[in-house]
Order: sequence, then C-alpha cells, then structure tokens
Amino acid sequence: MTTHPNLPEVPDGPSEVTFDARLDKKITETLKRYPNQRAALLPTLWLCQERFGWISPGVMRAVAARLGESPAYVEGVVTFYTMFRTRPPARYVLQVCRTLSCAVCGGKELLEHLTRTLGIAVGERTPDGLFELQAVECLGACGSAPVIQINDDYYENMSPEKIDAVLAELGKKE
Amino acid sequence: MRVDPILLRARGTPDSQSLTAYLAAGGYNAWEKVLQMTPEAVTAEVTLSELRGRGGAGFPTGRKWSFIPKDHPGPRYLVCNADESEPGTFKDRELIEHDPHLVVEGIAIAAFAIKASTAFVYIRGEFVRWAKILERAIAEARNKGYLGKGVLGSGYSLEIVVHRGAGAYICGEETALIESIEGKRGFPRLKPPFPAVAGLFGKPTIVNNVETLACLPHIINRGAKWFASIGRPRNTGPKLFCVSGHVQRPGVVELPLGVPFREIIFEHCGGIRDGRELKAFFPGGSSAPILSADQLDVRADFDACAEAGSMLGSGGVIVLDDTVDIVEAAANLAHFYAHESCGQCTPCREGSDWAVDILERILDGHGRPGDLELLQRICTYASGGMTICPLGDAFALPIASMVKKFAGEFERRIAAATPSPPRKKPVLPWSGPSHGFGR
Repeated sequence: MTTHPNLPEVPDGPSEVTFDARLDKKITETLKRYPNQRAALLPTLWLCQERFGWISPGVMRAVAARLGESPAYVEGVVTFYTMFRTRPPARYVLQVCRTLSCAVCGGKELLEHLTRTLGIAVGERTPDGLFELQAVECLGACGSAPVIQINDDYYENMSPEKIDAVLAELGKKE
Repeated sequence: MRVDPILLRARGTPDSQSLTAYLAAGGYNAWEKVLQMTPEAVTAEVTLSELRGRGGAGFPTGRKWSFIPKDHPGPRYLVCNADESEPGTFKDRELIEHDPHLVVEGIAIAAFAIKASTAFVYIRGEFVRWAKILERAIAEARNKGYLGKGVLGSGYSLEIVVHRGAGAYICGEETALIESIEGKRGFPRLKPPFPAVAGLFGKPTIVNNVETLACLPHIINRGAKWFASIGRPRNTGPKLFCVSGHVQRPGVVELPLGVPFREIIFEHCGGIRDGRELKAFFPGGSSAPILSADQLDVRADFDACAEAGSMLGSGGVIVLDDTVDIVEAAANLAHFYAHESCGQCTPCREGSDWAVDILERILDGHGRPGDLELLQRICTYASGGMTICPLGDAFALPIASMVKKFAGEFERRIAAATPSPPRKKPVLPWSGPSHGFGR
C-alpha cells in the first residue's frame, strides 16, 4: 500500500508489469501515428487501462520505460485526467452526471436513489465488487438528461425505474 | 418558422453512418471539387461565406486560417475539436452519430486549405462510441481513396488520427488540447504565439470545432453566397442549438443564426414543461452569463448575445423553470468550474474554490453579511484577462450574472441565515479524482 497523509490508501498492484506481444504491437502501431514518443502517451495509457483494468504504479513505470519518460512524468499526466483509474475499479462503474442540466432534470434524485438501492455512498463500491458509484461532471448529453455512464456506455433519459432494470440486467450477467 | 436541416439532413435516414449512404446523398463531391482548387481559393470561399467558429468564440474561420505564415516550410496541422465538454452542449456528438462522413469531409477540406497532411481529431474520452464511429468512417473513406496517400489520384495526401482525451473540460481550450495531444497535462499555453504560428509540436496549427468543419462541404457545394444568405449579417449560416433543461422536447435543433430564443424554446422545443413558467436561461452553455425570462426576444447569434451582455458560445441553451433555486444552480456550476480548473492560475484555481465555499454556505443557510460582495470581488478578479485561458471568465461571469440578476434570492437566504462554523460540505457529493488541485 502507498500511503500519503492527504490521500486514501492506494494499492500498488504488481510491482513488475510486462506488456504481452499483442499489447506491445498495438503500442508500436500507435507510436507510428505521432511525430514523437511522448505524444503517444495518452493512447498508450488507454491501451494499458483496457488491458489491465487500471493504471497501477507498475503500469506507469512500464509505460515510462517504453516511451522514454520518467515514471514521475507519467504519473503527473495520469493523475491530471479523471478517466485514468489509479485503483482497481469495480466490475461496473456507475458515473452519474451531477452538472446543471442533469441535476435539474432528475439527476439529483437518481443519485440519491442509487445510494439507497445499492446501500453505498458516492465514491464507494458494493461489497461484492460489482458496482461502484461516482458523481461526475457534464457528460455532454444534456438533451437526454439525466445521464449515467456505465463503463464505456451511455444510459440516457434515465429514471429510478429504468436504472433499476439496467442494474438488474447487468447483475444477471455476472 | 420551419427550416429544412442542412447540417442535420442525415438525421433520421437509415444507415446514415455508412459511406454508401453518404455518397448517395452527394457526399465527397465538395472534396473532389476542392482537390481541383488552390488552397487559397478554398480559404477565400470560406472567408466570403463569413462562417464564424461554432466552438464558442465565434471567430471568423477563414481569417483564422489566414494567420498561418504563408512561407512556412515544414508540416502544419489541422485539429478537429470534438472535446464537447461545455455544460449544455451536445451537438458534435449528434453530428458524429448521424453524419460522421460529413465531419471527415469537412476535416479534409480544412486540412487542404491550410496545406496540412496530418489532421487530428481530439474527442473527449467519455465518447468511446463516437470515437469508434469516426474511426470507422475514416477507415472507410481511406479504403475508397478519399484519404491517404495521393487522395483520388491527386498529389495531395492526408491522414486523420483520432486522439481520445481522458476526462478534462479544460482540454476543449485549444492550447490545452494541443498540450494534451502532445502527451502532457492539459495546461493552457500563454498566447502569443497563437497556434496558427506555433501550435501542435511547435508547428502552425488550426483548431476548428466539429460543427464549423461540418459547414465546409456545404459551403463548397452550394457556394459562399448561399451560406451567407442564411441568418443575419455577420452571423451567417445554420447553427445547431442544444436545448436542455425544462423544455417539453429537449434536443438538438438546427436553425439559422439570429432566430430569437423565444422561437427556439417555445416553437421548436415545445415551451416549458409541465405548464411551468420560464425563470432564466443560459444562451450559450454554462459559461455564458445567464439571461432572464424578459430577454427571450434576444436573437440567437454572436453579436446579439454579446449586446445582451452574454454570449452565444457553443449554442447550448440551458432552460430553467420557476422551480429552480438560482443559489443552488450557481453552486452547482461553481462546483463544475472548481473541479475543472487546471490549477495553473491563482485567480481561477482559488477563486472557483472560494466561490463554491461561499455559495454552499449560503445554500446551507449559513451565509454571512458581505458574502455577495466578496463573491462579486472574486468574480471581478478572476475575469477580464487575469488568467492564461478563459476558464477564469467562464466561471466568474455566469456566477456574477446570477448574483446580479437574482440578488433577492441570495439576499433572502443570507438574511435568514444562522451562524455556523465554516465547514466544507458539497451540495452534491462528488467523488473521483480531480485534476490534481482543489476539488
């Protein structure tokens, strides 16, 4: 565990991360699209998050070595962007939009409903590791408020009833 | 007024994402025509159309292109801004969803005009689905020779690279966007130099919004004069208005620039929901100062909105009915900006954070005498060129406008407030990482 007085404890993940041949090939292809290695950092981090589920300190070190950057530089970039996960995510990450258009069209009630039905506060995850609840800023789909992003997918025009059905469906898949 | 859609003509037609459907509707005709023209002639045509940037600033597109140094030898870049993060804005997603090839053709035309052989599309990280749609369209166009080496047998080559963001509102600002493509944190750059002189990888770069680029094939096909005949003087062409909040039928509507907001809200979006009354609206995304119900006859164009003390911005019309608590709305938006401030400039980083504290304590019933003056002072010092990028203005001006226009609501809460030890307590709980500073 990495500890810092102002931050929650973050698991380290595996200390040594290696890229398999498939991932390595994808990174090589990505590098060809940019005039320098540093520009490939965001797409490489996306590939790693897809592969490992999150960006552990070990992944940051491996990415740094691959692109010729320092691990500190990579960490600086990773922590700037909200979508790079620096801890292992739950199976489904529920991101409820909290910004104005959603908030005034049922988004607030939706978030409250989810904390009640899942029995967790915003920022927490269910004990079975299935759902994690987050409130996020504008998702750019204000015309179909309220909106929830679950992993990569948008769920629009949501209501407590509709989201219950969505969660039941996702729960069944597991 | 009923108007046939131009930019959204493909909405509702089956299979509209495919190259086949796009070609059947006359797609890539403009691109073929452009390849027979000189870059200068393309720029002249776009300048003549008086097209103004649809991303928010409303800067004339042709003029922007003309800032690229004429004799510059090495590479230049075109960047399509698909970051779409301004609260209340959801038009670029609509264009990509229904007509991705229109966007690709627009990118090609702009790239040709500035003599770029590489273009990047910077699309917000959350738009996974729409990034895939664009990538598919680009691959399809490339396969058929519309992109790639020696486009359609000409000597011109063009590659388009889709670059996904990773969650940061600030990367919609063009210099932060450029930093982000370069693999850095999204910190806006000091200007000058402007991107047209030294942008991406230090080369001349033009950043254009998705909707701006989508206008280009139409301008080439039907002529600059035709385009300029739509809308109003200096505010020409069709515009996508994103209407959200308390209307009967929210969504993206396409209308000529300059129609009054009354028409957009009441004719095209069915008016206020549930028979309520309109209280106020943001004319151009949450960064535009709020307009009150008696300003409905303001015309939805760049100049008229500026005259009314606000801005057309990205065309995100957020409609609020009389159930909305303006104090809560202000606190909600302050929270957005405090979270999205990149943290470089003190007035923005600290100011937005202080604005949240003050607005939340007013909301919680613990406002203090002098809070509104303090809030206005914070807004004054964060706006008007006190910060590297306009995020300072983006948070300060709308909040200042809400406090000014609805002062009574804030004052009543402060008058009824009880003293309490100051304590940070968010209006809505928020979790997840911030951009390294503040909230």
